[in-house]
Amino acid sequence: MTAVVTRASRRAPRPRSGRVPWILLVPAVAGVLFLVLPFAGMLLRAPWPAMGARVTDPDVVAALWLSLSTATAATAVSLLFGVPLAWLLARTEFPGRRLVRALVTVPLVIPPVVGGVALLMVLGRNGVIGRYLDAWFGLTLPFTSAAVVIAQVFVAMPFLVISVEGALRGADRRYEEAAATLGASRVTIFARVTLPMVLPGIAAGAVLCWARALGEFGATITFAGNFPGTTQTMPLAVYMAMQRDPEAAVVLSLVLLLVSLAVLATLRERWVRAA
Amino acid sequence: MREHIRGRRPRPDGPFRGRAAALTALVLGATACASGPGAGGGGDGSGAGGELTVFAAASLIDVFEEIAGSFEQERPGVTVTLNFAGSSELAQQINSGAPADVFAAADTATMGQVVDGEGLDADWAAEHGGDALVFATNTLRIAVPPDNPAGVGGLADLAEDDVSVAFCAQEVPCGSATATALEAAGLEVTPVTLEEDVRAVLTKVELDEVDAGLVYATDVASAGGRVEGLEFPGAEEAANDYPIAVLAGAADPDLAADWAGFVATEGAPVLREAGFGTP
Repeated sequence: MTAVVTRASRRAPRPRSGRVPWILLVPAVAGVLFLVLPFAGMLLRAPWPAMGARVTDPDVVAALWLSLSTATAATAVSLLFGVPLAWLLARTEFPGRRLVRALVTVPLVIPPVVGGVALLMVLGRNGVIGRYLDAWFGLTLPFTSAAVVIAQVFVAMPFLVISVEGALRGADRRYEEAAATLGASRVTIFARVTLPMVLPGIAAGAVLCWARALGEFGATITFAGNFPGTTQTMPLAVYMAMQRDPEAAVVLSLVLLLVSLAVLATLRERWVRAA
Repeated sequence: MREHIRGRRPRPDGPFRGRAAALTALVLGATACASGPGAGGGGDGSGAGGELTVFAAASLIDVFEEIAGSFEQERPGVTVTLNFAGSSELAQQINSGAPADVFAAADTATMGQVVDGEGLDADWAAEHGGDALVFATNTLRIAVPPDNPAGVGGLADLAEDDVSVAFCAQEVPCGSATATALEAAGLEVTPVTLEEDVRAVLTKVELDEVDAGLVYATDVASAGGRVEGLEFPGAEEAANDYPIAVLAGAADPDLAADWAGFVATEGAPVLREAGFGTP
C-alpha cells in the first residue's frame, strides 16, 4: 500500500486553473446529457405513487434479492478466476497469448443471447459437458439459480479481466523486480507486492463486473430460463412487465437503479475512507 | 426481421419528418403515393393493374409471401406490398394513419383495436357483418424432443413431477392460451421456466433441455423434424383466430377485398401446410 501512497504524493502539482477549453467542454456536456436524459425521461414518467406497492410486492422482492445475490456471487467467481487470468495475460509470455486475450473478449462482442445458447450447448442437460454432469452426478444446470450465476460470469468476467490486466500493465514493475532480487517467490510477489499495488484496478473491475452481472438479460433468459424466485432476476422481471404494463416496467427499472446506486455509493464511501 | 417490405422500395426522398411512431407510415406512404408502371390501371379493381399494401402479423411471413406470389401471377400488373411486424405494433401504425389497404392480425383482440380506430371499409363491413373474416386458426400442440425422452403422451403427463416443462410467460399471447388450455383440462402444471415468447419455448424443446413445451401448431411445422407435435383434446379451447379485413382507407377496396378472399380460399392449402387450421 505504501508504494501507492508515495507514488501519489510524488505526482506533479496541479496546473493553474484556467478556462476549460470549449473543444473539450462541449462534447463532454453533450456526452453527459446523452447518458443522463433517458433516465431523466424515465424519472419524469415514473408513476411515483405506485412505487411503494411495487417495492413490497413479494415477486419484486424475490427478483431483487435474486439479482443482488447472483450478481455478487458472479463477481466473487469472476475475481477467483479472472484475477489470475489477468495476471497470466499481463505478466507471462506463452505461445498463443494474443489468441487467448482475443478469446477472453469474445463474450463482450457476441450478443448475450448467443452466449446463452452456447452455454446450453455445453452445459445443458444434453450439452457436451452437461450430459456427463447429468449422467454421472444427476446434475442439471439450466433453470437453476446456479445457471443464472454462470450466465452472469460468462458475460461479466471479461470486464474484470480487461480492467485488471490494464492495471497490471500500468503498474510499476520495478517493485516486483526489487522483491524478486530480495529472494521472494513468484507467489509471494503476487500476493504481497502485485496484488496490493493493483487493488484499485481490481476494485474498479469488480464494480464493472458486478454492474454488468446485475443488468444481465440475454444469456440469463436463454440459459437459465425465467421462473419467479429461482431464475427471474430484475432485468427479466422488467422485460416481462414490459409485455403487459410498460409503466410497471419503469417502476421495476427504477427500483433496480436506485438499489444498485445505493450499493455502489456505499462501497465507494468505504473505499474512499479506507484509502 | 421485424419489418419486411416486399415489392418496390420506398423512395428515399420521401417526407421523413414527424413522430417516430409514424415513420413507417410515412415510408410506406411514399411507396403508395409514388406512381409506377404497375399503377396505371388501378382505381376500380376490375382493371389489370393495381397496388395493394397489406399489413400482416409476423407469423404470416412465409405464407403471405407465397400467397402474394400466386395472387400477382393470377392478376398481372398487380403489385402486393407486404409489411410484417407484431400485430399490435401494426394496429398502432394503422390507427395513426399508415396507408394500409388490408390488415391481417394474429388475434381478434388486435383486429378489434383497428375496427374501433381506423375502421373497416364500408362495403366490406356491410358484407361481413361489420367484422373481420377469420381465415386461419392456430392451435396449441405439446412439443416434445423427437425421441420423447419423458414419454409424454398427453396434457396430463405434463403435471408429473419428473417431467420438465417450458411454457410461455403469462404476459405474452401464447402464455394466456396455455393458461386457457390448462384450465379447460383442469390441470395445474408447474413449469421449470416461463419463456418470453413461443420461439424460446420451441428452442428449449429443440435443444432437449425440457421434456415438453406448449407451442403453436405452426411452430411445430416450422421446426421440421426437430420437435414432435402432439395434438391434445381441448386444444381448440385456446385456439387463436387470425382475422383479415379491408380497411377504411383502402385506395382500391375491390382489389383489397379480392386479396382477402384469395387468402381465405386459394391461400388455404398454403396455410394448412404451414400448420394453420382453416375454417
